[in-house]
Amino acid sequence: MDCGELAHLRRARDLLDREYARPLDVPAMARAALMSPSHFARQFRAAFGETPYAYLQSRRLERAMALLRRGDLPVTDVCLAVGFTSLGSFSSTFTRLVGEPPSAYRGRDHAAMAPVPACVARTWTRPGWLGRRPAQPQPAQPQPAGPQPAGPRAEPSRIGEARPTAERIA
Amino acid sequence: MPLTITHTPVYCLDLDQALDFYTKQLGFEVRQDVPMGPEMRWLTVAAPGSAHELLLAAVDHHIPPVDQAAMRDMVSKGNLAVFLEVDDINTVFETLRAAGTEILQEPVDQPYGVRDCGMRDPSGNHLRLSQPLGR
Repeated sequence: MDCGELAHLRRARDLLDREYARPLDVPAMARAALMSPSHFARQFRAAFGETPYAYLQSRRLERAMALLRRGDLPVTDVCLAVGFTSLGSFSSTFTRLVGEPPSAYRGRDHAAMAPVPACVARTWTRPGWLGRRPAQPQPAQPQPAGPQPAGPRAEPSRIGEARPTAERIA
Repeated sequence: MPLTITHTPVYCLDLDQALDFYTKQLGFEVRQDVPMGPEMRWLTVAAPGSAHELLLAAVDHHIPPVDQAAMRDMVSKGNLAVFLEVDDINTVFETLRAAGTEILQEPVDQPYGVRDCGMRDPSGNHLRLSQPLGR
């Protein structure tokens, strides 16, 4: 695949990363890559190792995990905020790919993740990207003085994009 | 033992495009530009006053032929990143957006103490710009 085609595919993947909450379908993704849907689906998989829809789904779950780590949002709100339309489908998909139900994930202590930049947390937590989701990262040493998380369980929501706010998921 | 970072490579597909972007759009200045025949060009840029240079490394010049295709794929797919700190992230972001830069993320305050945004350089490298909060 040449660089130009990869760049088009990258732009489509960047679109999924940004617009995951929208009801994106393959034709919409393919338009971002300036390709026909069938060519796009084939080339996306060849380039990134998974189908566009699988990528979108794991992106949504990774965002859901970020929102759940805040600890204060109802699972239903999180489900809708990341683009799922059915709570049942969200819960079963989450449980299958993350290994525990959303409510159990939300209930665990995620404080160790707080200092990790959003773009790194995103890669670490995306289901299926680095094998199984890793355990909570253990800081090598106590965090030095300096910028500390602003609030309890404050977490960015997208790759660096807006951290989840009440307005955003309202 | 004192340690200082002197050069960090940024792998590029098109060196002239990269040079234009990092100097004209981002404000880096050229430190060294040494053509060494058609196969090699040593090109470094740095922020004004900084000793830390970015080596703008064309894949074709800095990666052995056997690995060039793999490296081009890595860059084109957007797997590599550059992290920079700026003084006025909102202005820098708007300037870059107006210039047509691919945007990944608008500026937002992060809980770990910075306001940051994301975009792509002309080769596809993920450019993360940040500004410490409270400045």
